[in-house]
Amino acid sequence: METLEQIRDRIVAKFGADTVTLITNPGPSAQHSLLLVAHAARDIARFLHDDPALRLDYCSNATGVDWPDKEIVETVKTTQPDPAGGPDKVVETKTKRIQPGCLEAVYHLYSIALKSAEPVIIRMRTANRTDDVTLPSLTPVWRSCEFQEREIYDLYGIVFTGHPDLRRILMWDEFKDHPMRKDYVGPDDYEWEPTPHGEVLERAKAHYPTPPASTSPKSEE
Amino acid sequence: MRRQGVLLTSFAEIYNWGRANSIWPLQFGLACCAIEMICVAAARFDIARFGAEIFRASPRQADLMIMNGTVTKKMLPQVVRLWNQMGEPKFCIVMGACASSGGPFREGYNVVKGIDRFIPVDVYVPGCPPRPEALLHGLMEIQKKMREEPLTGPDAPRYFRKDTTCEYPIPEFGEHDLVPPYNSELWKPPAPIVREGK
Repeated sequence: METLEQIRDRIVAKFGADTVTLITNPGPSAQHSLLLVAHAARDIARFLHDDPALRLDYCSNATGVDWPDKEIVETVKTTQPDPAGGPDKVVETKTKRIQPGCLEAVYHLYSIALKSAEPVIIRMRTANRTDDVTLPSLTPVWRSCEFQEREIYDLYGIVFTGHPDLRRILMWDEFKDHPMRKDYVGPDDYEWEPTPHGEVLERAKAHYPTPPASTSPKSEE
Repeated sequence: MRRQGVLLTSFAEIYNWGRANSIWPLQFGLACCAIEMICVAAARFDIARFGAEIFRASPRQADLMIMNGTVTKKMLPQVVRLWNQMGEPKFCIVMGACASSGGPFREGYNVVKGIDRFIPVDVYVPGCPPRPEALLHGLMEIQKKMREEPLTGPDAPRYFRKDTTCEYPIPEFGEHDLVPPYNSELWKPPAPIVREGK
């Protein structure tokens, strides 16, 4: 099996330099992946499926990832000469910027024909999380993506163009939310529980007034 | 007199004796507790010893619903519809933590926090999942309840009374949750217990 760098170079040679990016995974699993540009993704997927050296004929897993807007604080250190003649001062300037979030679809590809052991992971990202959430469906290439892309559509809200039957699969059709998104707020059908903790405790406080503070003096221990 | 072949009894007693020993449960599985229920029906635990071995595939022919497993909100209207389709007299055993209270999935967005929000429950069988013996004990409790049930008077079952309905409303699928989220005639949110000094 070719390495991911070799696959990337061949995609670049065939489809252009801006169609694919190698995303490295710094974790111990070191599962690096290829980020495909949405408009060329279908053709690249077909290439990965048909290429005689790769023959990635099996998509074992398709899933979604939600990347919310992220605030990034950049610290720039500049040295300013001290007019009094002392050592140079180091001034830190902090700039905040919002990294826009996106929705992502991740596919794990294997080759049954070539008995590949490691998956080739490809990703696609939407432009944003609100209105431009379309991605090309890879179901025409790998039939096993059909239900999993429906699940991504259901839980994350990515709209797959070219999907043969894009409906909700787990939640009911009238449901409006996408529960796996990070900003999803569940229905507030909280009831009193004897031992609330964590998030439940916060919600309990919103529902019920805090119990009156203890008036009996605590034993000194 | 009994030696002479004469049996003196009340109608209610013989009626309750009859139905308590031929319970027909609904063949209905929701999640992993259903495996335990199947186990109860098989040779080792053998629910047939209690006369309840005829699992009916149709709610019209069943008189015991064993709620076994997680009830998702998407499944709930079908569950209530099946319950409504069962003929009276009917009983309900809730089996396992999920069906009783939502269990480990209680905080989830898609799980009903206990089936007793929508249909009346006679016996709760705790466990995750309960042992088959626990379900058999639940069945024996149902039998006990059947034998002690008066047919007339203020304690008569709901189908003999004029003031109660046997039809339970089926909730609709809403945009965020089931509408209504619980049957307010059956279930009320419990009040918080404020302990002194805590």
